[in-house]
Amino acid sequence: MPVIRFDNVTKVYPLPAGDVVALAGIDLDIEEGEFILVMGPSGSGKSTLLNIMGSLDVPTSGEVTIAGKQISRMTDDELTLMRRDHIGFVFQQFNLIPLLSVVENVEYPLILRGRKSGSRERAEEVLRSVGITETHFTHKPGELSGGQQQRAAIARALVNSPDFLLCDEPTGNLDTKTGTAIMDLIAQMNREEGKTVVTVTHDPRMTAYADRTIQLVDGRVV
Amino acid sequence: MTFFDLARRNVSRHWLRSTLAVIGIVIGVIAIASMGILGNSIGLMFEEMVTDVGDTIVVYPASGSGTMAFTERQVSDITRAAGSNRVIPFASTFDTVTVGETKSGAMIYAIPAGDIPFLLDKEAGTYPRDTGAGCMIGSKLAENSKTTGLKLGARIKIGSDTLRVTGVLTERGMGFDINPDYAIVVPYRWYSNHYDKDEYDQVIVKVRNINDLDAVREAIEEKMNRREDVVNVMDTKAILESIFEAADSITVFLMGIGAISLIVAGVSILNVMMMSVTERIREIGVLRSIGTRRNEVMRMFIYEALILGIVGALIGGVLSFCTGYLMTAVLVGSPDYLYNIKSILYIVFGMAFGIVTSAASGLYPAWKAAHLNPIQALRHE
Ligand SMILES: Nc1ncnc2c1ncn2[C@@H]1O[C@H](COP(=O)(O)OP(=O)(O)OP(=O)(O)O)[C@@H](O)[C@H]1O
Ligand SMILES: [Mg+2]
Repeated sequence: MPVIRFDNVTKVYPLPAGDVVALAGIDLDIEEGEFILVMGPSGSGKSTLLNIMGSLDVPTSGEVTIAGKQISRMTDDELTLMRRDHIGFVFQQFNLIPLLSVVENVEYPLILRGRKSGSRERAEEVLRSVGITETHFTHKPGELSGGQQQRAAIARALVNSPDFLLCDEPTGNLDTKTGTAIMDLIAQMNREEGKTVVTVTHDPRMTAYADRTIQLVDGRVV
Repeated sequence: MTFFDLARRNVSRHWLRSTLAVIGIVIGVIAIASMGILGNSIGLMFEEMVTDVGDTIVVYPASGSGTMAFTERQVSDITRAAGSNRVIPFASTFDTVTVGETKSGAMIYAIPAGDIPFLLDKEAGTYPRDTGAGCMIGSKLAENSKTTGLKLGARIKIGSDTLRVTGVLTERGMGFDINPDYAIVVPYRWYSNHYDKDEYDQVIVKVRNINDLDAVREAIEEKMNRREDVVNVMDTKAILESIFEAADSITVFLMGIGAISLIVAGVSILNVMMMSVTERIREIGVLRSIGTRRNEVMRMFIYEALILGIVGALIGGVLSFCTGYLMTAVLVGSPDYLYNIKSILYIVFGMAFGIVTSAASGLYPAWKAAHLNPIQALRHE
């Protein structure tokens, strides 16, 4: 049983100038523990694909099954809980909450789940495992370097022990050296913790990390 | 760290903006509460000034009717029309009164001795008798005359006659019939002998059952004004009612002004909250994407509005109390009115209105935040 299954999935954005077909009939199975790379030119539908995998968006037609559940029948709250409990997101722009300190950012998903005691310890443990030093825990995200922010974002994505990690160009805003370190970290999570990982990237060197690479062109797998 | 915490942090992150919004609420609460207190105090002041409980009918000669005063006959006609209710005729005059060496002018009310206890309460001494040369003095007059020796047991001279003060009246406040606080009350018979008069200026009817008031009033009018208008009848209930109505509408009007200022404050909160939502669209997208539900986002923003509202209401409540104190002390002359339960309630009401306005103003922005599309919010720059 694959963790994520796409069955003839299309996504159409109706615009006044005409419909934009972002995904045109995608069939896809992702097995547990796989490291998948999604590549393709700009506008080919990579982010759209990832958003639907992450139950942030719903397909126009076709069926998506995530962790055994069909998302087309889900309410907004059910989709949100799916994201909270089963999915970890990592974005190109890090997207940490500026109001919260680094450790609070990582703690937040735990609190959303209603976990009270031990949440701070758990957040600190995950932060340490992604390589953030203790002295940075109480800093605000803006006071950290890009690489450190992305590490904290990965810690936030992992803290609820999700079924899989979705990364949309996680190294896009980082220099080559830092980007490589982040990819090493993601690969390590895949190898050592057995996390399923789907990563969108433009960098062809990243294929070395992946079990499989999906090429998208104009909303189709090629 | 909770949603409340996040809301609190956002409020303090933009402290200048938040302070301005809070000031708006503070002004609104003060306006409502102090206007309410002012109106209430005016009402209380009226109530205190007017001691009659509204059971009194005053009959006086109709102007332009040729009748200047009532004869014994007319008084007994009125008595008959009034049925079993007590009818108290009286006359009044102004005269020079000598106490020891001091001469001064005073209001003099002449009332049949037997009726005085039914109209006026005494503080000390006894009521005068019809046959003796006794009189009573008003409480304020007694208070103000300590140096001249006008007190219980003193002798006063009016013209060539001497009267002994047999009693002091209880303070009565302003009335529609007579105002004896600064006056001397003498038995009618003494007045009649001394001034050689046998007419009465006005007649007071004390109606025992307040429900009979209109009937008694009509009976008197019918009896006396048969051919032409001889008497005018005034009943204090109607006057009191119209005064209290006026006081109430003053309160409502004043509070309306307060409410408008609170609504303005509400708009400023709405504005602050809309700014807060707009500049955090991306953040809301992030919160939603990592699993924050709509109602949780909504709660976060409503908390934010509530924090502004509650802080504003608390500061406003305290300042209202101070403003209320100043206003009642300066405008109405007695801060005691502030400690009235109704005045305090106006402060509570003002605070509640402030909080409700803030929460209501936060509702739409919060709803808007909660219903943003997470993907579009994430793409927002
Ligand atoms: N909210 C939207 N409304 C309208 N059209 C959209 C929307 N989101 C995406 N699209 C369109 O769908 C297509 C795919 O977009 P998508 O963001 O998935 O591309 P991408 O492969 O991630 O590109 P990039 O590499 O530049 O990030 C594009 O043509 C885009 O214009
Ligand atoms: Mg993209």
